[in-house]
Amino acid sequence: MEMARYLKETGTKREYCAQVAVKNKKNALSNSRGVHGANIDKGIVMHSQVAASPLTELESSKGIDASIVFVLTSAQKARKLGDHTVWIRGIGWSSDTPVVEDRDLARAEYVEQAAGRAYKMANVKSPASYFDLAEVDDTYSYKELQSLEALKLASKGKAGKMVDTGTFDIDGRLPVNASGGSLGVGHLLEATGLHRTLEAVIQLRGQAGRLQVPRAKRALVQSWRGLPTATGAVAVLGN
Amino acid sequence: MRRRVAIVGAGITLFRRRMLETPKELSFEASKMALDTAGLTLKDIQSVVSGSAPDAFDGVHMKGEYYLDGMGAIGKPHERVYVGGGTGVFTPIGGWWNVASGLYDTCLCVAEEKMSPLHPHPQYAFWSIFDQILERPLGTTLLWIFSLEMRRYMHKYGIKEEEIAEVAVKNKGNAVDHPCAQLGAKITVEDVMRSEPICEPVKRLDVSPPSDGAAAVILASEKVAKKLTDQPVWLDGVGWTLDSTHWTNRDLAYPEYVEKAAKMAYKMAGIKNPRKEIDVAEPYDPFDYKELHHLEGLQLAGKGEAPKMTIDGVTQRDGDLPVCPSGGLLGVGNPIAAAGMMKICEIFWQLRGEAGKRQVKKDARTGLAQAWGDLMQVGTVTVMRS
Repeated sequence: MEMARYLKETGTKREYCAQVAVKNKKNALSNSRGVHGANIDKGIVMHSQVAASPLTELESSKGIDASIVFVLTSAQKARKLGDHTVWIRGIGWSSDTPVVEDRDLARAEYVEQAAGRAYKMANVKSPASYFDLAEVDDTYSYKELQSLEALKLASKGKAGKMVDTGTFDIDGRLPVNASGGSLGVGHLLEATGLHRTLEAVIQLRGQAGRLQVPRAKRALVQSWRGLPTATGAVAVLGN
Repeated sequence: MRRRVAIVGAGITLFRRRMLETPKELSFEASKMALDTAGLTLKDIQSVVSGSAPDAFDGVHMKGEYYLDGMGAIGKPHERVYVGGGTGVFTPIGGWWNVASGLYDTCLCVAEEKMSPLHPHPQYAFWSIFDQILERPLGTTLLWIFSLEMRRYMHKYGIKEEEIAEVAVKNKGNAVDHPCAQLGAKITVEDVMRSEPICEPVKRLDVSPPSDGAAAVILASEKVAKKLTDQPVWLDGVGWTLDSTHWTNRDLAYPEYVEKAAKMAYKMAGIKNPRKEIDVAEPYDPFDYKELHHLEGLQLAGKGEAPKMTIDGVTQRDGDLPVCPSGGLLGVGNPIAAAGMMKICEIFWQLRGEAGKRQVKKDARTGLAQAWGDLMQVGTVTVMRS
């Protein structure tokens, strides 16, 4: 329902959602954690089994098991600990109504609100030009497009075209889910946000190997709590 | 640099079996009262922290998401904290992070629990919490472990069941004066002793009841608090600790997890001699022996000495260290998370002199609330000052 509403309201072409799955699964082939990596095209994605029309199975991330741990410390202590520090410059989280019929299904308002708080804290004025990479929600293919627009990394209704023309590819202007995201690596339910953060931290430390985005200094991480919620969080990271 | 945090408002619902009301409605009622008494509206609230024990109680998966509109959290940064029975006192600790860190100036903290949907008894929600290999084959239940713990405590210090029953008598008696109480009653030690054994030595009147209810407080930064009220109650110390989840590996006679949590909170609040400096305490009392256990863990009584303090009247409302003047879980009721928050509310009202008939006799300036839970190994403590 949400995907159909998003496509209708923004005029986004159906195949652009499939391109998100193509991109992320391709990226995941270079990620040692990317068990759902694949080299496929839009046709295969769109003709895979229907999960819930218009969404297909290859556009729905699959659950995996994992555990992720971070160690946080104060700035003072971090400076003594070496060169691999990644700074949390801004955070924000928000919840929209739990009542599905009361939400604007085309927009991810919870992302807009969470991003607003994180950008304010990190003093990010123009998000579209600020970041070197982004790890954002792709629990379902269309969520990446919807979230990119809510994050102001694409203007309304434009994210689909941008993904199709390669803007968000690993060698594009703003690599999005260079890790492969949830579609390529798998979905970790409540730990998904930490997975996205982990991939961003590895990038900012320059340890991403074949996935490495050159000169990665500023990263955006955004995650959704998943069905049936309209809850999400955003973090602005830097090195 | 952490900032000083104050409580500026509190709210609570009737604790009862409330089948006709939803968790959203219970949350609304408590939040509304907290806002009204603080002279605030939702517009003034920057963030919301909620607490609730297992989803199984309310019968709604991810219930933090489900009830958030009831407490007014739509469009706000909302988080749910969860450490089982310790949740009620952990909820304002979660709020404290929001405000002390400088992230937000106001935070609404709400704890809600609705245990009535679970049949035949809410205890069944705990079937699956025990270790599948070591514990479940024994047919373990929570009551089973509590009876072991109570017996161990009695054995180690030579305490009698009658002495422990004094706590139930005191707390149920105190609850007669609480307008939200479920089980306020004037009873005797004999009544407790003669009540139905549930899992010996635990008897019906040694235990708090399952309940539905909610409670809330509003936290504010120092600057905002001073504008709002002449009587802020400062949340000066917070502490929490986890012990081993294996009850076989814990000292059943002494709650180390409470000691560690209390020492963390005391250190933060600059308290050197808790017995002298704490004027009123609300330790967690789902069972009568637990109040005694916790008083010792909190360093408010020597090991094995809490029963004598109780018998001597020290812990009565007019005593030197009033304990559970609210009536506690034994008297007011035990909607898990909301019960811990009820204790925070009680200390707030006691320190402001607003506890009415429950007001303790001594001039109370420093108070403490504590809860316990999870797999019976978490301790959460807050120290508050007027």
